[in-house]
Amino acid sequence: MMGNKESFIVVDKVSFSYTGEPGAKEETALDQVSLTIEAGEFVAIVGHNGSGKSTLAKHLNGLLLPTGGDVWVAGMNTKDEHHRWDIRQIVGMVFQNPDNQIVAATVEEDVAFGPENLGLPTELIRSRVDEALAVVGMSEYAEAPPHSLSGGQKQRVAIAGVIAMRPRCLVLDEPTAMLDPVGRREVMETISRLNEEEGITVVLITHFMDEAVKAHRVLVMDEGRIVREGQPAAVFQEIDLLRELRLDVPPVIELASRLRAKSLALPEAILTVDEMVTALCQLRSGV
Amino acid sequence: MSIEIRGLTHTYNPGTPLARTAIKDINLTIEDGETLAIIGHTGSGKSTLVQHLNGLLKPTSGTIKVDGVDINQKGVDLRSIRWKVGLVFQYPEHQLFEETVWDDVAFGPRNMGLSDEEVRSRVERALAAVDIDMALAERSPFELSGGEKRRVAIAGVLAMEPSVLVLDEPTAGLDPRGRQDMLGQIQRLQAERHLTVVFVSHNMAEVATLADRLVVMERGEIVMEGPPKTIFAQGDKLGAIGLGVPEMTALMAKLREKGWDVPDSVLTVEEAEEAIMAVLRREARVGTGGDL
Repeated sequence: MMGNKESFIVVDKVSFSYTGEPGAKEETALDQVSLTIEAGEFVAIVGHNGSGKSTLAKHLNGLLLPTGGDVWVAGMNTKDEHHRWDIRQIVGMVFQNPDNQIVAATVEEDVAFGPENLGLPTELIRSRVDEALAVVGMSEYAEAPPHSLSGGQKQRVAIAGVIAMRPRCLVLDEPTAMLDPVGRREVMETISRLNEEEGITVVLITHFMDEAVKAHRVLVMDEGRIVREGQPAAVFQEIDLLRELRLDVPPVIELASRLRAKSLALPEAILTVDEMVTALCQLRSGV
Repeated sequence: MSIEIRGLTHTYNPGTPLARTAIKDINLTIEDGETLAIIGHTGSGKSTLVQHLNGLLKPTSGTIKVDGVDINQKGVDLRSIRWKVGLVFQYPEHQLFEETVWDDVAFGPRNMGLSDEEVRSRVERALAAVDIDMALAERSPFELSGGEKRRVAIAGVLAMEPSVLVLDEPTAGLDPRGRQDMLGQIQRLQAERHLTVVFVSHNMAEVATLADRLVVMERGEIVMEGPPKTIFAQGDKLGAIGLGVPEMTALMAKLREKGWDVPDSVLTVEEAEEAIMAVLRREARVGTGGDL
C-alpha cells in the first residue's frame, strides 16, 4: 500500500528537519514517516507537542516540503511547483487560534476572501459563501462582525472560509484547543457532519482523546514517528502505551479494562458512555 | 488567608451605551488553605470575579476583604495586596518579556525591594516549585516549550510568595503531559506551602479531582456552590445551564435510568468500578471466586 500513488494522500518515507539560524542545531521533526489516507476517511493524529503531528499536517498541503521522501496528493507531488496551488485548493488547513485566521469585517466577507482570490464570478462566490455558511450552521451570522462571535462560532467561520474553496480534504490542527466545552462540541459536530454528509476527508490533530475516538483511524505520534496506528477501539485499548507516552486514557476505556480484569465479559469495542451502558445492561440481563 | 466577598457587582463601561454588568451581587468566602474551583460558561463572569481578588478590577459596588482588610479602601497599598494574592491570567506565557527566564521570574521580587540574596533564593524556590530546571534559567523564555513558558510565568507570581494563588484556566491549550504536570504542581503547592488556591476551569474531570469546593457561575451570578460530589450529583441542573459532569458521573446517571442502583456521587474510574461491581455482586451475576 505504501507509495501507492493511487491513494488520495500518500506520505512516503518523509523526513523533515527544522533548521534554525546558521550554526543552530538541526531538529528532526519527522523521521521516515509513511502513511496513506483514502478519500472520505476521518483520521485523528494524537501525540505531545513536539511529537511531529503539526509538522506532518503542514506537509499534507505543501506548506512544508519534505527534507527526505515525498508527499503525493491526488497523484501530485507537493514538491512540484506547478501543482502547489492545486494542492492547496484540494487540502485546506484550519489552525488552532480562530482570531489569527479571520481577516474581514463581516462573516460573509471573511468566507468570501478565498473564492475572491480564485477570481470566481460574483454569483458563484455568493453561492459558495452561502453554502459554506450553511454547512457550518452559521448562515444567520452572515452579516455579523467576527469579533462579536464566540470562539466556537469563529472557528466555524474559519472552517467555512476553507470549505468555500471546495477542498476535498480538511486538515485541522487542534481546532478546539482554545475553545470552551460548548465551542468544542459545535466544532466537533461540524467536523463530523462535513465528513459524513459532505464526504470530505478529515485529518484532525487533537490533544483530546474523546475527539480522537470519533475518527475511523487514529495515529499516535512520538518523537517524529508514528508509533501506533489503527481503529480507535484497538489503539485506545493499549492503556500502557498511552500511559507511557503520558497521553490521557479516556475514562470509559480505563473502566472497561478494569472491569475486564474483574472477569466481566465486556466486548472489545467500548469507547463511549453509551456503549458502556449498553454492554453493562446486556451483561446484567444475561444476554 | 481568607478572602471575603460581599455584594460584589461589576459593570463594564458604566454610564455608556456599552454598559454591561458582568457580575452581580456576589457573596463568597474563600477559606484559608482551600482549593476552590470556579466553573461556568465563557461570559458567565468567572474572569471578572477573579480579577477582583487582588484589586486589579475595582468593584462597581460591594467589598472584597483580604485577611480582614477592605482592599479598595483609601490608603490600602494595592501592591502589598498583590504580593499576598498572586493572579495568573489566561495564557500567562504571552506576558513573558525579559531576556532570560531568571530575569522574568526575578522581576516581581526585585520590585518588592528585596535583597539580591533574597531575590535569588525566591527565584530558585519558584522555579523548583514548577519543575523548571535551573539549567534553563539563563535561556530566553521564548526558546521554551508552551508548557514550560506557562510554568515560568507562574513561577514569576510564586516568587512573590503569595498566600493565595489565583489561576484563570491554568491548563487551557496545554497538551496532556503539560496538563498533568500543571495539575500535579498545583496540588503540591497547595499541600507543601499551605497555599489557598482559586482556579477557573472548563475541565470537569480536573475540577473533580483538584477542588475541595466548586462555585458555579451563570450570567454573572453564583448559581451553585458546594463540594464536587454534591454539585456533580445535580447533573440535570448543570445540564440546564449547558455545563457537563465528569464522564463517570454521566455514566452512573445513565445506568440509574436503566434501573441500576448506583450512587450519584461517583467522580472517578475507581469509584465507578466499585459501584458497578457492587450491583453485579448483589445479583450474583459474577462468580464468587477469584479476586471478587
